[in-house]
Amino acid sequence: MTDLSLSDHAIAGKTAPPSEARAFRLPTQWLGVAPFFIFAIMFLVLPTLYLVLGAFQNDAGAFTFDNIVGIFDPPNLSNYMQCQYDSWISWVDGNCKLPSILAAYWISIKISLASSLIGAFAGLAIAIAIVRGGLPNWIRSATLTFSGVASNFAGVPLAFAFLATLGRLGLATVILNTVFGFNIYAHGFNILSFWGLTLTYVYFQIPLMVVIITPAIDGLKKEWGEAAATLGATTAQYWRMVVIPVIWPSFLGTVILLFANAFGAIATAYALTGSSLNIIPIVLYAQIRGDVLHNPHLGYAIAFGMIVITGLANVFYIWFRTRSERWLK
Amino acid sequence: MKSGRFWAWVVFALGAAYFFIPLIATVEFSMRMRRGVYSFDAYEVVLGDPRFQATFGYSVLAAVFTIILGVLIVVPTAYWIRLRLPQLRPVVEFITLLPLVIPAIVIVFGYIRMYGSNSPLPFLASDTGTNALLVIGYATLALPYMYRAVDTGLRTIDVRTLTEAAQILGAGWGTIITRVILPNVLIAVLSGAFLTFAIVLGEFTMASLLNRPAFGPYLQNIGANRAYEPAALAIIAFAITWACMSLIQILSRFAPRSANRPN
Repeated sequence: MTDLSLSDHAIAGKTAPPSEARAFRLPTQWLGVAPFFIFAIMFLVLPTLYLVLGAFQNDAGAFTFDNIVGIFDPPNLSNYMQCQYDSWISWVDGNCKLPSILAAYWISIKISLASSLIGAFAGLAIAIAIVRGGLPNWIRSATLTFSGVASNFAGVPLAFAFLATLGRLGLATVILNTVFGFNIYAHGFNILSFWGLTLTYVYFQIPLMVVIITPAIDGLKKEWGEAAATLGATTAQYWRMVVIPVIWPSFLGTVILLFANAFGAIATAYALTGSSLNIIPIVLYAQIRGDVLHNPHLGYAIAFGMIVITGLANVFYIWFRTRSERWLK
Repeated sequence: MKSGRFWAWVVFALGAAYFFIPLIATVEFSMRMRRGVYSFDAYEVVLGDPRFQATFGYSVLAAVFTIILGVLIVVPTAYWIRLRLPQLRPVVEFITLLPLVIPAIVIVFGYIRMYGSNSPLPFLASDTGTNALLVIGYATLALPYMYRAVDTGLRTIDVRTLTEAAQILGAGWGTIITRVILPNVLIAVLSGAFLTFAIVLGEFTMASLLNRPAFGPYLQNIGANRAYEPAALAIIAFAITWACMSLIQILSRFAPRSANRPN
Protein backbone atom coordinates (compact mmCIF):
# COMPACT_ATOMS: atom_id res chain seq x y z
CA MET A 1 0.00 0.00 0.00
CA THR A 2 1.41 3.37 -0.94
CA ASP A 3 0.02 6.70 0.05
CA LEU A 4 0.96 8.39 -3.18
CA SER A 5 -1.84 10.40 -4.65
CA LEU A 6 -3.14 9.58 -8.09
CA SER A 7 -1.84 12.74 -9.68
CA ASP A 8 1.69 11.88 -8.61
CA HIS A 9 1.38 8.60 -10.48
CA ALA A 10 0.34 10.37 -13.61
CA ILE A 11 3.31 12.70 -13.46
CA ALA A 12 5.77 9.90 -12.86
CA GLY A 13 4.38 7.63 -15.52
CA LYS A 14 2.89 4.25 -14.80
CA THR A 15 6.07 2.26 -14.34
CA ALA A 16 8.30 4.75 -12.53
CA PRO A 17 8.99 4.01 -8.87
CA PRO A 18 8.28 6.78 -6.37
CA SER A 19 11.92 7.79 -5.91
CA GLU A 20 12.34 8.41 -9.61
CA ALA A 21 9.11 10.38 -9.61
CA ARG A 22 10.62 12.81 -7.13
CA ALA A 23 13.63 13.38 -9.33
CA PHE A 24 11.51 14.20 -12.38
CA ARG A 25 8.94 16.27 -10.60
CA LEU A 26 10.50 19.70 -10.61
CA PRO A 27 11.00 20.19 -14.36
CA THR A 28 7.52 18.86 -15.23
CA GLN A 29 5.93 21.19 -12.73
CA TRP A 30 7.60 24.20 -14.29
CA LEU A 31 6.89 23.08 -17.83
CA GLY A 32 3.22 23.84 -17.24
CA VAL A 33 3.82 27.54 -16.75
CA ALA A 34 6.74 27.86 -19.15
CA PRO A 35 4.69 29.21 -22.11
CA PHE A 36 3.27 31.97 -19.94
CA PHE A 37 6.66 33.03 -18.59
CA ILE A 38 8.32 32.88 -22.01
CA PHE A 39 5.52 35.04 -23.42
CA ALA A 40 5.68 37.52 -20.54
CA ILE A 41 9.45 37.83 -20.70
CA MET A 42 9.64 38.17 -24.47
CA PHE A 43 6.74 40.57 -24.99
CA LEU A 44 6.34 42.41 -21.73
CA VAL A 45 9.49 42.39 -19.64
CA LEU A 46 12.29 42.50 -22.22
CA PRO A 47 10.81 45.26 -24.43
CA THR A 48 10.30 47.41 -21.35
CA LEU A 49 13.77 46.61 -20.05
CA TYR A 50 15.21 47.48 -23.46
CA LEU A 51 13.72 50.98 -23.23
CA VAL A 52 14.77 51.44 -19.62
CA LEU A 53 18.36 50.46 -20.43
CA GLY A 54 18.25 52.64 -23.55
CA ALA A 55 17.28 55.57 -21.38
CA PHE A 56 20.65 55.30 -19.66
CA GLN A 57 22.80 54.84 -22.76
CA ASN A 58 24.16 57.16 -25.42
CA ASP A 59 24.53 56.35 -29.13
CA ALA A 60 27.78 54.52 -28.48
CA GLY A 61 26.11 52.34 -25.88
CA ALA A 62 27.96 53.84 -22.94
CA PHE A 63 26.24 54.55 -19.66
CA THR A 64 24.98 58.12 -19.28
CA PHE A 65 22.49 60.28 -17.45
CA ASP A 66 22.30 62.74 -20.37
CA ASN A 67 18.93 61.44 -21.61
CA ILE A 68 17.32 61.82 -18.24
CA VAL A 69 18.81 65.31 -17.99
CA GLY A 70 17.46 65.95 -21.50
CA ILE A 71 13.91 65.55 -20.21
CA PHE A 72 14.47 68.54 -17.99
CA ASP A 73 16.37 70.54 -20.56
CA PRO A 74 15.43 69.74 -24.17
CA PRO A 75 17.72 70.90 -26.97
CA ASN A 76 16.79 73.69 -29.37
CA LEU A 77 16.50 72.97 -33.05
CA SER A 78 17.32 75.51 -35.70
CA ASN A 79 15.57 73.73 -38.55
CA TYR A 80 12.68 75.85 -39.68
CA MET A 81 11.22 73.05 -41.84
CA GLN A 82 10.95 70.87 -38.79
CA CYS A 83 9.01 73.64 -37.10
CA GLN A 84 6.59 73.84 -39.99
CA TYR A 85 6.12 70.10 -40.03
CA ASP A 86 5.32 69.60 -36.38
CA SER A 87 2.64 71.95 -35.18
CA TRP A 88 3.55 71.35 -31.59
CA ILE A 89 6.99 72.88 -32.02
CA SER A 90 6.88 76.66 -32.03
CA TRP A 91 9.14 79.12 -33.80
CA VAL A 92 10.29 81.65 -31.24
CA ASP A 93 12.93 84.37 -31.73
CA GLY A 94 14.49 82.72 -34.76
CA ASN A 95 14.87 79.49 -32.84
CA CYS A 96 12.86 76.38 -33.10
CA LYS A 97 11.59 75.87 -29.58
CA LEU A 98 10.79 72.35 -28.63
CA PRO A 99 8.06 72.26 -26.08
CA SER A 100 9.60 71.43 -22.79
CA ILE A 101 9.18 67.72 -22.18
CA LEU A 102 8.84 68.57 -18.55
CA ALA A 103 5.84 70.76 -19.37
CA ALA A 104 4.26 67.87 -21.26
CA TYR A 105 4.70 65.61 -18.22
CA TRP A 106 3.21 68.32 -16.06
CA ILE A 107 0.10 68.77 -18.25
CA SER A 108 -0.34 65.00 -18.33
CA ILE A 109 -0.06 64.75 -14.56
CA LYS A 110 -2.51 67.62 -14.08
CA ILE A 111 -5.10 66.18 -16.46
CA SER A 112 -4.75 62.70 -14.97
CA LEU A 113 -5.00 64.05 -11.44
CA ALA A 114 -7.97 66.33 -12.17
CA SER A 115 -9.90 63.66 -14.09
CA SER A 116 -9.17 60.98 -11.50
CA LEU A 117 -10.21 63.18 -8.56
CA ILE A 118 -13.39 64.44 -10.25
CA GLY A 119 -14.16 60.94 -11.47
CA ALA A 120 -13.50 59.46 -8.04
CA PHE A 121 -15.70 61.86 -6.07
CA ALA A 122 -18.52 61.80 -8.62
CA GLY A 123 -18.26 58.01 -8.88
CA LEU A 124 -18.31 57.65 -5.10
CA ALA A 125 -21.38 59.88 -4.85
CA ILE A 126 -23.18 57.82 -7.48
CA ALA A 127 -22.16 54.54 -5.84
CA ILE A 128 -23.40 55.71 -2.43
CA ALA A 129 -26.63 56.96 -4.02
CA ILE A 130 -27.40 53.64 -5.70
CA VAL A 131 -26.36 51.43 -2.77
CA ARG A 132 -27.51 53.46 0.24
CA GLY A 133 -29.86 56.08 -1.18
CA GLY A 134 -33.01 54.00 -1.11
CA LEU A 135 -33.45 54.19 -4.87
CA PRO A 136 -35.45 51.50 -6.67
CA ASN A 137 -33.51 48.30 -7.33
CA TRP A 138 -33.57 48.56 -11.11
CA ILE A 139 -31.63 51.81 -10.92
CA ARG A 140 -28.77 50.04 -9.21
CA SER A 141 -28.49 47.27 -11.78
CA ALA A 142 -29.01 49.67 -14.70
CA THR A 143 -26.29 51.98 -13.37
CA LEU A 144 -23.84 49.11 -12.90
CA THR A 145 -24.53 47.75 -16.39
CA PHE A 146 -24.14 51.17 -17.94
CA SER A 147 -20.93 51.74 -15.96
CA GLY A 148 -19.50 48.52 -17.35
CA VAL A 149 -20.15 49.79 -20.86
CA ALA A 150 -19.06 53.42 -20.34
CA SER A 151 -15.82 52.49 -18.58
CA ASN A 152 -14.85 50.62 -21.74
CA PHE A 153 -16.10 53.31 -24.08
CA ALA A 154 -12.86 55.21 -24.50
CA GLY A 155 -10.43 55.95 -27.25
CA VAL A 156 -11.26 57.59 -30.54
CA PRO A 157 -15.10 57.20 -30.48
CA LEU A 158 -15.28 58.97 -27.11
CA ALA A 159 -13.50 61.96 -28.61
CA PHE A 160 -16.08 62.00 -31.44
CA ALA A 161 -18.93 61.95 -28.95
CA PHE A 162 -17.55 64.94 -27.07
CA LEU A 163 -16.85 66.87 -30.26
CA ALA A 164 -20.50 66.33 -31.20
CA THR A 165 -21.53 67.57 -27.74
CA LEU A 166 -19.17 70.36 -26.76
CA GLY A 167 -17.40 71.13 -30.02
CA ARG A 168 -18.10 74.46 -31.70
CA LEU A 169 -21.14 72.99 -33.46
CA GLY A 170 -21.96 70.47 -30.76
CA LEU A 171 -25.49 70.06 -29.45
CA ALA A 172 -24.77 71.31 -25.92
CA THR A 173 -22.81 74.29 -27.23
CA VAL A 174 -25.57 75.24 -29.67
CA ILE A 175 -28.40 74.80 -27.15
CA LEU A 176 -26.56 76.80 -24.49
CA ASN A 177 -26.02 79.53 -27.05
CA THR A 178 -29.46 79.71 -28.70
CA VAL A 179 -31.70 78.88 -25.73
CA PHE A 180 -29.77 80.33 -22.81
CA GLY A 181 -27.76 82.91 -24.76
CA PHE A 182 -24.56 81.62 -23.22
CA ASN A 183 -21.70 81.12 -25.63
CA ILE A 184 -19.24 78.85 -23.79
CA TYR A 185 -16.56 79.42 -26.42
CA ALA A 186 -16.80 83.19 -25.91
CA HIS A 187 -16.26 82.54 -22.22
CA GLY A 188 -12.98 80.77 -22.72
CA PHE A 189 -14.09 77.14 -22.93
CA ASN A 190 -12.50 75.01 -25.59
CA ILE A 191 -12.91 71.27 -26.03
CA LEU A 192 -9.28 71.19 -27.23
CA SER A 193 -7.96 72.37 -23.90
CA PHE A 194 -7.05 71.17 -20.44
CA TRP A 195 -10.64 71.29 -19.16
CA GLY A 196 -12.08 69.95 -22.39
CA LEU A 197 -9.85 66.89 -22.21
CA THR A 198 -10.43 66.47 -18.47
CA LEU A 199 -14.19 66.59 -18.93
CA THR A 200 -13.88 63.95 -21.67
CA TYR A 201 -11.68 61.64 -19.56
CA VAL A 202 -14.19 61.87 -16.71
CA TYR A 203 -16.62 60.02 -18.98
CA PHE A 204 -14.70 56.77 -18.49
CA GLN A 205 -13.28 57.62 -15.05
CA ILE A 206 -16.63 57.94 -13.22
CA PRO A 207 -17.98 54.55 -14.41
CA LEU A 208 -14.70 52.84 -13.55
CA MET A 209 -14.95 54.29 -10.04
CA VAL A 210 -18.57 53.14 -9.74
CA VAL A 211 -17.64 49.60 -10.84
CA ILE A 212 -14.72 49.32 -8.39
CA ILE A 213 -16.10 51.15 -5.35
CA THR A 214 -19.65 49.71 -5.29
CA PRO A 215 -18.49 46.37 -3.81
CA ALA A 216 -16.58 48.31 -1.13
CA ILE A 217 -19.74 50.18 -0.14
CA ASP A 218 -21.69 46.93 -0.23
CA GLY A 219 -19.08 45.61 2.19
CA LEU A 220 -20.07 48.14 4.84
CA LYS A 221 -21.85 45.87 7.25
CA LYS A 222 -25.30 46.82 8.44
CA GLU A 223 -24.29 45.80 11.96
CA TRP A 224 -21.76 48.63 12.10
CA GLY A 225 -24.49 51.19 11.55
CA GLU A 226 -26.65 49.50 14.17
CA ALA A 227 -23.75 49.27 16.61
CA ALA A 228 -22.97 52.94 16.11
CA ALA A 229 -26.63 53.85 16.62
CA THR A 230 -26.76 51.74 19.78
CA LEU A 231 -23.78 53.62 21.13
CA GLY A 232 -25.63 56.86 20.47
CA ALA A 233 -23.81 58.03 17.34
CA THR A 234 -25.53 60.52 15.05
CA THR A 235 -25.60 59.88 11.30
CA ALA A 236 -22.79 62.39 10.85
CA GLN A 237 -20.67 60.67 13.47
CA TYR A 238 -21.36 57.28 11.91
CA TRP A 239 -20.10 58.56 8.57
CA ARG A 240 -17.11 60.41 9.98
CA MET A 241 -15.92 57.69 12.37
CA VAL A 242 -16.97 54.46 10.67
CA VAL A 243 -17.75 54.77 6.96
CA ILE A 244 -15.02 57.16 5.87
CA PRO A 245 -12.15 55.37 7.68
CA VAL A 246 -13.28 52.03 6.22
CA ILE A 247 -13.78 53.25 2.65
CA TRP A 248 -10.78 55.57 2.63
CA PRO A 249 -8.06 53.05 1.58
CA SER A 250 -10.04 51.58 -1.29
CA PHE A 251 -11.08 55.07 -2.34
CA LEU A 252 -7.48 56.31 -2.47
CA GLY A 253 -6.38 53.11 -4.16
CA THR A 254 -8.97 53.56 -6.87
CA VAL A 255 -8.02 57.22 -7.36
CA ILE A 256 -4.50 56.04 -8.11
CA LEU A 257 -5.77 53.39 -10.52
CA LEU A 258 -7.81 56.06 -12.32
CA PHE A 259 -4.73 58.27 -12.43
CA ALA A 260 -2.64 55.59 -14.14
CA ASN A 261 -5.56 54.86 -16.44
CA ALA A 262 -5.68 58.47 -17.65
CA PHE A 263 -1.93 58.92 -17.72
CA GLY A 264 -1.24 56.25 -20.32
CA ALA A 265 -4.25 57.07 -22.51
CA ILE A 266 -3.48 58.58 -25.87
CA ALA A 267 -6.19 57.77 -28.42
CA THR A 268 -8.88 60.06 -26.99
CA ALA A 269 -6.52 63.00 -26.66
CA TYR A 270 -5.01 62.46 -30.09
CA ALA A 271 -8.39 62.24 -31.83
CA LEU A 272 -9.73 65.20 -29.86
CA THR A 273 -6.90 67.67 -30.01
CA GLY A 274 -4.65 66.32 -32.76
CA SER A 275 -1.29 67.45 -31.49
CA SER A 276 -2.36 70.83 -30.16
CA LEU A 277 -2.28 69.75 -26.55
CA ASN A 278 1.09 68.39 -25.55
CA ILE A 279 0.39 65.61 -23.12
CA ILE A 280 3.34 63.27 -22.67
CA PRO A 281 1.92 60.22 -24.53
CA ILE A 282 1.37 62.42 -27.60
CA VAL A 283 4.95 63.71 -27.43
CA LEU A 284 6.15 60.10 -27.21
CA TYR A 285 3.85 59.15 -30.10
CA ALA A 286 5.32 61.91 -32.27
CA GLN A 287 8.82 60.86 -31.23
CA ILE A 288 8.22 57.22 -32.18
CA ARG A 289 6.70 58.17 -35.53
CA GLY A 290 9.25 60.69 -36.62
CA ASP A 291 12.03 61.13 -34.07
CA VAL A 292 11.00 64.77 -33.73
CA LEU A 293 13.39 65.24 -30.82
CA HIS A 294 16.30 64.06 -33.02
CA ASN A 295 17.59 61.81 -30.32
CA PRO A 296 16.21 58.27 -30.09
CA HIS A 297 17.53 57.90 -26.57
CA LEU A 298 15.47 60.88 -25.40
CA GLY A 299 12.43 58.85 -26.50
CA TYR A 300 13.59 55.99 -24.27
CA ALA A 301 13.97 58.45 -21.42
CA ILE A 302 10.39 59.71 -21.92
CA ALA A 303 9.09 56.13 -21.90
CA PHE A 304 11.16 55.42 -18.78
CA GLY A 305 9.66 58.48 -17.07
CA MET A 306 6.14 57.29 -17.89
CA ILE A 307 6.86 53.85 -16.42
CA VAL A 308 8.30 55.45 -13.28
CA ILE A 309 5.16 57.57 -12.78
CA THR A 310 2.60 54.82 -13.41
CA GLY A 311 4.80 52.37 -11.50
CA LEU A 312 4.91 54.61 -8.44
CA ALA A 313 1.16 55.09 -8.71
CA ASN A 314 0.65 51.32 -8.70
CA VAL A 315 2.95 50.74 -5.75
CA PHE A 316 0.68 53.07 -3.78
CA TYR A 317 -2.37 51.31 -5.21
CA ILE A 318 -1.20 47.89 -4.02
CA TRP A 319 -0.35 49.33 -0.63
CA PHE A 320 -3.81 50.87 -0.18
CA ARG A 321 -5.46 47.77 -1.57
CA THR A 322 -3.90 45.47 1.01
CA ARG A 323 -4.90 47.89 3.74
CA SER A 324 -8.50 48.02 2.56
CA GLU A 325 -8.80 44.25 2.25
CA ARG A 326 -8.31 43.93 5.98
CA TRP A 327 -11.74 45.41 6.46
CA LEU A 328 -13.70 44.32 3.45
CA LYS A 329 -13.91 40.59 3.24
CA MET B 1 -33.74 59.28 5.64
CA LYS B 2 -36.14 61.24 3.47
CA SER B 3 -33.59 63.95 2.65
CA GLY B 4 -31.11 61.13 1.98
CA ARG B 5 -33.34 59.72 -0.72
CA PHE B 6 -33.82 63.19 -2.20
CA TRP B 7 -30.06 63.69 -2.53
CA ALA B 8 -29.66 60.20 -3.95
CA TRP B 9 -32.11 61.14 -6.71
CA VAL B 10 -30.28 64.43 -7.34
CA VAL B 11 -26.92 62.66 -7.65
CA PHE B 12 -28.40 60.01 -9.91
CA ALA B 13 -30.11 62.61 -12.13
CA LEU B 14 -26.91 64.66 -12.48
CA GLY B 15 -24.93 61.54 -13.34
CA ALA B 16 -27.54 60.41 -15.85
CA ALA B 17 -27.50 63.86 -17.48
CA TYR B 18 -23.71 63.86 -17.81
CA PHE B 19 -23.73 60.39 -19.36
CA PHE B 20 -26.74 60.69 -21.63
CA ILE B 21 -26.28 64.21 -23.05
CA PRO B 22 -23.15 63.26 -25.03
CA LEU B 23 -24.89 60.15 -26.37
CA ILE B 24 -27.98 62.11 -27.40
CA ALA B 25 -25.83 64.87 -28.88
CA THR B 26 -23.81 62.32 -30.87
CA VAL B 27 -26.93 60.62 -32.21
CA GLU B 28 -28.39 64.01 -33.15
CA PHE B 29 -25.16 65.13 -34.79
CA SER B 30 -24.81 61.91 -36.75
CA MET B 31 -28.24 62.47 -38.32
CA ARG B 32 -27.62 66.05 -39.43
CA MET B 33 -25.78 65.16 -42.63
CA ARG B 34 -28.66 66.02 -44.96
CA ARG B 35 -29.46 69.70 -44.68
CA GLY B 36 -32.70 70.55 -42.87
CA VAL B 37 -33.93 67.03 -42.08
CA TYR B 38 -32.73 64.19 -39.91
CA SER B 39 -31.50 61.23 -41.91
CA PHE B 40 -29.31 58.16 -41.64
CA ASP B 41 -27.10 59.32 -44.50
CA ALA B 42 -23.97 59.38 -42.36
CA TYR B 43 -24.51 55.74 -41.38
CA GLU B 44 -25.08 54.76 -45.00
CA VAL B 45 -21.91 56.52 -46.07
CA VAL B 46 -19.90 54.92 -43.27
CA LEU B 47 -21.24 51.40 -43.71
CA GLY B 48 -20.83 51.63 -47.47
CA ASP B 49 -17.23 52.79 -47.24
CA PRO B 50 -14.98 49.93 -48.41
CA ARG B 51 -12.25 51.13 -46.05
CA PHE B 52 -14.69 50.78 -43.15
CA GLN B 53 -15.44 47.20 -44.16
CA ALA B 54 -11.78 46.36 -44.67
CA THR B 55 -10.48 47.88 -41.43
CA PHE B 56 -13.40 46.59 -39.40
CA GLY B 57 -12.85 43.10 -40.80
CA TYR B 58 -9.14 43.35 -40.05
CA SER B 59 -9.77 44.35 -36.44
CA VAL B 60 -12.39 41.62 -35.91
CA LEU B 61 -9.88 39.08 -37.20
CA ALA B 62 -7.15 40.53 -34.97
CA ALA B 63 -9.53 40.33 -32.00
CA VAL B 64 -10.33 36.66 -32.73
CA PHE B 65 -6.65 35.75 -32.92
CA THR B 66 -5.98 37.76 -29.77
CA ILE B 67 -8.67 35.81 -27.91
CA ILE B 68 -7.28 32.47 -29.14
CA LEU B 69 -3.74 33.44 -28.14
CA GLY B 70 -4.96 34.77 -24.79
CA VAL B 71 -6.87 31.55 -24.02
CA LEU B 72 -3.90 29.39 -25.03
CA ILE B 73 -1.61 31.29 -22.67
CA VAL B 74 -3.93 32.00 -19.76
CA VAL B 75 -6.04 28.85 -19.29
CA PRO B 76 -3.23 26.29 -18.88
CA THR B 77 -1.26 28.69 -16.69
CA ALA B 78 -4.13 29.59 -14.37
CA TYR B 79 -5.06 25.90 -14.14
CA TRP B 80 -1.54 24.78 -13.39
CA ILE B 81 -1.07 27.53 -10.79
CA ARG B 82 -4.22 26.38 -9.02
CA LEU B 83 -3.34 22.69 -9.20
CA ARG B 84 0.39 22.48 -8.64
CA LEU B 85 2.17 25.76 -8.13
CA PRO B 86 0.11 27.93 -5.78
CA GLN B 87 3.36 29.43 -4.50
CA LEU B 88 3.80 31.09 -7.91
CA ARG B 89 0.42 32.81 -7.75
CA PRO B 90 1.70 36.21 -6.51
CA VAL B 91 4.35 36.29 -9.26
CA VAL B 92 1.87 35.43 -12.01
CA GLU B 93 -0.68 37.90 -10.70
CA PHE B 94 1.95 40.59 -10.61
CA ILE B 95 2.94 39.89 -14.22
CA THR B 96 -0.66 39.92 -15.41
CA LEU B 97 -1.08 43.35 -13.80
CA LEU B 98 2.00 44.78 -15.55
CA PRO B 99 0.07 45.86 -18.67
CA LEU B 100 -1.92 48.20 -16.43
CA VAL B 101 1.32 49.70 -15.16
CA ILE B 102 3.20 49.96 -18.44
CA PRO B 103 1.24 52.10 -20.91
CA ALA B 104 0.44 50.47 -24.27
CA ILE B 105 2.47 53.10 -26.10
CA VAL B 106 5.57 52.13 -24.12
CA ILE B 107 5.06 48.41 -24.78
CA VAL B 108 4.71 48.94 -28.53
CA PHE B 109 7.70 51.31 -28.52
CA GLY B 110 9.72 48.48 -27.01
CA TYR B 111 8.47 46.08 -29.72
CA ILE B 112 9.45 48.49 -32.48
CA ARG B 113 12.98 48.81 -31.12
CA MET B 114 13.44 45.14 -30.19
CA TYR B 115 11.86 43.31 -33.10
CA GLY B 116 12.92 45.56 -36.00
CA SER B 117 14.16 44.18 -39.33
CA ASN B 118 17.77 44.03 -38.12
CA SER B 119 17.08 42.26 -34.86
CA PRO B 120 17.54 38.52 -34.20
CA LEU B 121 13.73 38.14 -34.21
CA PRO B 122 12.65 40.39 -37.09
CA PHE B 123 8.89 40.44 -36.57
CA LEU B 124 8.63 43.81 -38.30
CA ALA B 125 10.42 42.65 -41.45
CA SER B 126 7.27 41.13 -42.95
CA ASP B 127 3.55 41.89 -43.01
CA THR B 128 2.70 38.56 -41.42
CA GLY B 129 5.24 39.15 -38.69
CA THR B 130 3.86 42.63 -37.96
CA ASN B 131 0.32 41.26 -37.83
CA ALA B 132 1.52 38.59 -35.41
CA LEU B 133 3.23 41.24 -33.29
CA LEU B 134 0.01 43.28 -33.18
CA VAL B 135 -1.94 40.25 -31.99
CA ILE B 136 0.76 39.56 -29.41
CA GLY B 137 0.59 43.18 -28.25
CA TYR B 138 -3.19 42.98 -27.96
CA ALA B 139 -2.85 39.74 -25.98
CA THR B 140 -0.62 41.53 -23.47
CA LEU B 141 -3.18 44.36 -23.19
CA ALA B 142 -5.93 41.81 -22.57
CA LEU B 143 -3.83 39.76 -20.13
CA PRO B 144 -5.10 41.41 -16.90
CA TYR B 145 -8.76 40.96 -17.88
CA MET B 146 -8.37 37.48 -19.35
CA TYR B 147 -6.41 36.16 -16.38
CA ARG B 148 -8.83 37.56 -13.82
CA ALA B 149 -11.85 36.18 -15.68
CA VAL B 150 -10.36 32.68 -16.03
CA ASP B 151 -9.04 32.61 -12.47
CA THR B 152 -12.48 33.59 -11.14
CA GLY B 153 -13.98 30.80 -13.23
CA LEU B 154 -11.50 28.25 -11.89
CA ARG B 155 -12.31 29.29 -8.34
CA THR B 156 -15.90 28.07 -8.78
CA ILE B 157 -14.92 24.53 -9.79
CA ASP B 158 -13.05 21.87 -7.88
CA VAL B 159 -9.94 21.68 -10.04
CA ARG B 160 -8.19 18.94 -8.06
CA THR B 161 -11.10 16.49 -7.93
CA LEU B 162 -11.92 16.99 -11.61
CA THR B 163 -8.29 16.41 -12.54
CA GLU B 164 -7.97 13.25 -10.46
CA ALA B 165 -11.26 11.91 -11.76
CA ALA B 166 -10.08 12.47 -15.34
CA GLN B 167 -6.78 10.80 -14.57
CA ILE B 168 -8.52 7.75 -13.14
CA LEU B 169 -10.36 7.49 -16.44
CA GLY B 170 -7.00 7.58 -18.22
CA ALA B 171 -6.97 11.11 -19.58
CA GLY B 172 -3.71 12.86 -20.49
CA TRP B 173 -2.95 16.51 -19.75
CA GLY B 174 -4.17 17.73 -23.15
CA THR B 175 -7.47 15.93 -22.74
CA ILE B 176 -7.89 17.21 -19.19
CA ILE B 177 -7.41 20.83 -20.19
CA THR B 178 -9.42 20.80 -23.41
CA ARG B 179 -12.22 18.41 -22.43
CA VAL B 180 -12.57 18.83 -18.66
CA ILE B 181 -11.25 22.19 -17.50
CA LEU B 182 -12.04 24.38 -20.52
CA PRO B 183 -15.73 23.39 -20.77
CA ASN B 184 -16.10 24.07 -17.05
CA VAL B 185 -14.66 27.57 -17.28
CA LEU B 186 -16.06 28.28 -20.73
CA ILE B 187 -18.39 30.99 -19.47
CA ALA B 188 -15.57 32.78 -17.68
CA VAL B 189 -13.37 32.44 -20.77
CA LEU B 190 -16.14 33.88 -22.95
CA SER B 191 -16.57 36.84 -20.57
CA GLY B 192 -12.88 37.56 -20.88
CA ALA B 193 -13.14 37.07 -24.63
CA PHE B 194 -15.91 39.63 -25.10
CA LEU B 195 -14.08 42.17 -22.95
CA THR B 196 -10.97 41.56 -25.03
CA PHE B 197 -13.05 42.01 -28.18
CA ALA B 198 -14.38 45.37 -26.95
CA ILE B 199 -10.89 46.57 -26.05
CA VAL B 200 -9.16 45.39 -29.22
CA LEU B 201 -11.72 46.47 -31.79
CA GLY B 202 -11.15 50.22 -31.58
CA GLU B 203 -7.57 50.12 -30.28
CA PHE B 204 -5.56 52.94 -31.78
CA THR B 205 -2.05 53.24 -30.33
CA MET B 206 -0.53 49.86 -31.19
CA ALA B 207 -2.22 49.52 -34.57
CA SER B 208 -1.20 53.01 -35.57
CA LEU B 209 2.44 52.70 -34.50
CA LEU B 210 2.77 49.31 -36.18
CA ASN B 211 1.14 50.78 -39.33
CA ARG B 212 -1.61 48.20 -39.48
CA PRO B 213 -4.83 48.88 -41.45
CA ALA B 214 -6.98 48.45 -38.33
CA PHE B 215 -10.25 50.04 -37.25
CA GLY B 216 -8.73 52.42 -34.67
CA PRO B 217 -6.44 54.30 -37.07
CA TYR B 218 -9.30 54.39 -39.60
CA LEU B 219 -11.54 56.03 -36.99
CA GLN B 220 -8.85 58.59 -36.25
CA ASN B 221 -8.40 59.31 -39.94
CA ILE B 222 -12.13 59.82 -40.49
CA GLY B 223 -12.26 62.06 -37.42
CA ALA B 224 -9.59 64.30 -38.84
CA ASN B 225 -11.22 64.62 -42.28
CA ARG B 226 -15.00 64.35 -42.00
CA ALA B 227 -17.80 66.09 -40.11
CA TYR B 228 -20.78 63.79 -39.59
CA GLU B 229 -19.34 60.34 -40.16
CA PRO B 230 -17.31 60.35 -36.91
CA ALA B 231 -20.50 60.81 -34.88
CA ALA B 232 -22.10 57.86 -36.68
CA LEU B 233 -18.96 55.79 -36.03
CA ALA B 234 -19.01 56.75 -32.35
CA ILE B 235 -22.58 55.46 -32.07
CA ILE B 236 -21.64 52.23 -33.86
CA ALA B 237 -18.66 51.77 -31.53
CA PHE B 238 -20.83 52.43 -28.49
CA ALA B 239 -23.36 49.87 -29.70
CA ILE B 240 -20.61 47.26 -30.14
CA THR B 241 -19.23 47.93 -26.65
CA TRP B 242 -22.76 47.68 -25.28
CA ALA B 243 -23.34 44.39 -27.08
CA CYS B 244 -20.12 42.90 -25.68
CA MET B 245 -20.95 43.95 -22.12
CA SER B 246 -24.53 42.67 -22.41
CA LEU B 247 -23.25 39.30 -23.61
CA ILE B 248 -20.95 39.15 -20.57
CA GLN B 249 -23.91 39.92 -18.27
CA ILE B 250 -26.10 37.32 -19.92
CA LEU B 251 -23.31 34.75 -19.69
CA SER B 252 -22.73 35.47 -16.02
CA ARG B 253 -26.24 34.23 -15.31
CA PHE B 254 -25.21 30.79 -16.51
CA ALA B 255 -22.01 30.73 -14.48
CA PRO B 256 -21.83 28.30 -11.54
CA ARG B 257 -22.45 30.14 -8.29
CA SER B 258 -20.13 28.65 -5.69
CA ALA B 259 -17.22 26.31 -5.26
CA ASN B 260 -17.88 22.73 -4.19
CA ARG B 261 -14.65 22.80 -2.25
CA PRO B 262 -12.48 25.87 -1.94
CA ASN B 263 -8.86 25.16 -2.77
